[in-house]
Amino acid sequence: APSTDQQELFCQKLQQCCTLFDFLDSVGDLKSKEVKRAALNELVDYLSTNRGVLVENAYPEITNMISTNIFRALPPSDNPDFDPEEDEPTLEAAWPHIQLVYEFLLRFLENPDFQPSIAKRYIDQKFVLQLLELFDSEDPRERDFLKTVLHRIYGKFLGLRAFIRKQINNIFLKFIYETEHFNGVAELLEILGSIINGFALPLKAEHKQFLMKVLIPLHTAKGLSLFHAQLAYCVVQFLEKDPTLTEPVLFLSFLPLKAHCTRLVIRGLLKFWPKTCSQKEVYFVSVQFSAISVCYVMLVMFLGEIEEILDVIEPSQFKKIQEPLFKQIAKCVSNPHFQVAERALYFWNNEYILSLIEENIDKILPIMFSSLYKISKEHWNQTIVALIYNVLKTLMEMNCPLFDELTASYKAQKQREMMKEQERDELWKKLEELQVSRASEVQNNSHGSPAALNNNNSNNNNNEPQESSDDVEATAVIMEDLHQDTTDIACENVSCAK
Amino acid sequence: MAGADGDDSLYPIAVLIDELRNEDVQLRLNSIKKLSTIALALGVERTRTELLPFLTDTIYDEDEVLLALAEQLGNFTMLVGGPEYVHCLLPPLESLATVEETVVRDKAVESLRKISQEHSPVDLEVHFEPLVKRLASGDWFTSRTSACGLFSVCYPRVSSTVKAEIRQHFRTLCSDDTPMVRRAAASKLGEFAKVLELEYVKTDIIPLFTALASDEQDSVRLLAVEACVSIATLLPQEDLETLVMPTLRQAAEDKSWRVRYMVADKFSELQKAVGPEITKNDLVPAFQNLLKDCEAEVRAAAANKVKEFCENLPEDNREQIIMSHILPCVKELVSDTNQHVKSALASVIMGLSTILGKDNTIEHLLPLFLTQLKDECPEVRLNIISNLDCVNEVIGIRQLSQSLLPAIVELAEDAKWRVRLAIIEYMPLLAGQLGVEFFDEKLNTLCMAWLIDHVYAIREAATSNLTKLVEKFGAEWAQNTIVPKVLGMANDPNYLHRMTTLFCINALSEACGQEITTKQMLPVVLKMSNDQVANVRFNVAKSLQKIGPVLDSNALQTEVKPVLEKLASDSDMDVKYFAQEAIS
Repeated sequence: APSTDQQELFCQKLQQCCTLFDFLDSVGDLKSKEVKRAALNELVDYLSTNRGVLVENAYPEITNMISTNIFRALPPSDNPDFDPEEDEPTLEAAWPHIQLVYEFLLRFLENPDFQPSIAKRYIDQKFVLQLLELFDSEDPRERDFLKTVLHRIYGKFLGLRAFIRKQINNIFLKFIYETEHFNGVAELLEILGSIINGFALPLKAEHKQFLMKVLIPLHTAKGLSLFHAQLAYCVVQFLEKDPTLTEPVLFLSFLPLKAHCTRLVIRGLLKFWPKTCSQKEVYFVSVQFSAISVCYVMLVMFLGEIEEILDVIEPSQFKKIQEPLFKQIAKCVSNPHFQVAERALYFWNNEYILSLIEENIDKILPIMFSSLYKISKEHWNQTIVALIYNVLKTLMEMNCPLFDELTASYKAQKQREMMKEQERDELWKKLEELQVSRASEVQNNSHGSPAALNNNNSNNNNNEPQESSDDVEATAVIMEDLHQDTTDIACENVSCAK
Repeated sequence: MAGADGDDSLYPIAVLIDELRNEDVQLRLNSIKKLSTIALALGVERTRTELLPFLTDTIYDEDEVLLALAEQLGNFTMLVGGPEYVHCLLPPLESLATVEETVVRDKAVESLRKISQEHSPVDLEVHFEPLVKRLASGDWFTSRTSACGLFSVCYPRVSSTVKAEIRQHFRTLCSDDTPMVRRAAASKLGEFAKVLELEYVKTDIIPLFTALASDEQDSVRLLAVEACVSIATLLPQEDLETLVMPTLRQAAEDKSWRVRYMVADKFSELQKAVGPEITKNDLVPAFQNLLKDCEAEVRAAAANKVKEFCENLPEDNREQIIMSHILPCVKELVSDTNQHVKSALASVIMGLSTILGKDNTIEHLLPLFLTQLKDECPEVRLNIISNLDCVNEVIGIRQLSQSLLPAIVELAEDAKWRVRLAIIEYMPLLAGQLGVEFFDEKLNTLCMAWLIDHVYAIREAATSNLTKLVEKFGAEWAQNTIVPKVLGMANDPNYLHRMTTLFCINALSEACGQEITTKQMLPVVLKMSNDQVANVRFNVAKSLQKIGPVLDSNALQTEVKPVLEKLASDSDMDVKYFAQEAIS
């Protein structure tokens, strides 16, 4: 057909493809479905083999056809407890058509005649927003198309970039703090990975905020293992761009390191959408149970990421962070789960980290020593004990006199710790007695309640009732000691932090 | 430092600082949980001047610690010196209301709402309201989200100028850039509307409601549906049609199933809020559509509301509406493709019989009940059986018994033990309604079979089921039908079954009375004290202890005591222990 007719036909086919079919009904409209599939195929072919197809009035027709077909409310999951790590995803029933529409969308965006200046009237914020919502699709094939599509749009529409970043931000925050459910986190992170790569230096405040307030908290979210690789890539990208971020990032990432269990605990019953789930109790039990196993899996993943970060760290940054860092590593080494301890001990196989440790051995050895020493005597797993011996040996070779000194003072230090423990117990005991006596004073003053009540109260907490004045004095003495102690510690803390 | 209040209290704050800085989270958490102890020891003044500033400065901790802190501060009013000083608690709570973790933030808001009531009107304006404003205009979304929950608690008690400001802030947050904030605002819209003067409900709330209900994000739109209930309740009937209904109609046909689900889920509340006229004209067709929705989630939510909706229809033409509009949809749902939908329907459908009366029930509903009783999904059948009492009142259970029995038998033998457990729980009810003859003839065997189920929970439930049956049918019935079978199991080769005999005796002795217990049960128990399995023997000891009070003192002395003494010198430690327990 002549080219004008072709253009006419193209638009007609586009309109024809706006008819939607019900794919849940697998027997209905078979013929019409086939016609549409063929038409879509023709459209894809036509767009990729001909030049000059994308005239200005084709744009609204094209975007309309695409919007009509792909922008839909995603259906509720067939499986209300869908666990992306365990279960098979529900696939999109209308895929035979939708796939071709995505194909067409990509050809459209990648077409050499494609003009963003015209397209931006149709591919606008609303279009992008609906596209982003589709990333929650359970169908991995659809998410894969979306990833490429969004990447192309980000590349071609400069005016939409900030908007896209902000909306991804919102999706992540909703995922972390509200729903704990979004299927496309990994895909979005993958796009972000390359976006971050292209950030200009110095980094804008907006980007740094994204790193600190979104990417780091993402580490505490459910299903981390599904997107951890992409997330770690993004973080490392940031740090390679701007090494001064290493310190705050590592500092912040200790929070998730410690908090991930807490989070699971305080959140308690997880909120999830479809309410037709009939086995909530069973589910809850399994959530609690898996919380424990999730914890160590996450710890192992974190340690992996920290090693990645240490691989690119500058020695000057390392110095700033070494103290809190190795306190955490010491804790991981002492973790009763052998995989966590093992992962932490693997740091000593890394040449670069080893050189950093050696450079700062006088600071690091005192932090690590007591944990390593204790574990070498106590850990139940023989592999860990063997690894510990190797690490201790390495450390000893780095600074022998210091090592000997620490060994000698180990016992004394243990004793000091025990003493402190006892003091703490004492203190709280005294403090509670004090509370009881204060409470009864208040009671006596305000209500003039009988002394019997007073006695009752103190009997509950303490078997031998004491005169409250003695009590206060005794507390005062002990507390004075402790007060000095704490001021020392407080000073120490300050000097460490700076 | 001779005894003066101020001196000895210097130390607890040092302790707290030390504990709060401890590297061990658990220790930090402990000290926060005992914060009231410390405050009490410090006295009100030092709590205000030292403890609270310290806490305000150190908010950087882990969520678990912060959560405990947020909770504690809500109960701190007396510890800072009463309502006069309650505003001292605002700075730390303000910081807590801005943290990222939702759980902590919500707790801080909860505490703020609590202490807002303890502020005097003046303090509310001087201290509390400025805090709300600061939060409402915070940079990061968390503080703005928290602010949404605080407007309604201070609005009723401030001057009209401040009221106008509060309304302005709320308006701003409703159109916030961040969907998180719009969601928070939408979820508080109803609550805020309730404290507003009617004129402002019309001029302020309605436009906000309309805007939120057509937000680009479905998670915001669905929250507006919730607010719709409160708003509709506040408005006079004549305004509903113009101010609320267009939005509600639109929500019922929203393209997102989540919004439609919310409409279905809130349907009864909406129905009450809009009144009978609008219900007849608008809600009936809307409800029909929801029952026919393309998403199963929505149909299930609507099916759940069928009974309530019908019940609340205006009485004058209730029957006509149900028969011509609702029942046809219900008939379709009975053979729905989704089991959740069918099961939701089955849990309420029986309730329709009381509304429609005997004749309609027999003619129209009974066939539906029977279909559902034969449904392939056990949950559907179970839901029908568990609601039999409604039908019983109207047409009597006999009408159903023909189909009932096969359904019960099938459930009783279901492969899932939870299903078996559920049907056992309905046995006493069924027995009561079907009568003793029918029961003996058809169901007794089932009840006995459960006693030897391979799942302990089923055996346990079967045991307590027997007790309830005896309570219903009397001791004589027990003696003739179940006691012989129970006692027969004492000779079973499986020790678990032998133990079941003991458990049954424990449960039945009281209901059966002294005579049966002493004459029939006791000899069996005593004989079992020679069992070769230790678990059986120590359960004998436990049983003897249990049935002791039912026995007469003669039997106790001459029969029980010697056996227990023998068991007390058993070779097994546990047997010894329980025998001694029983003797004492």
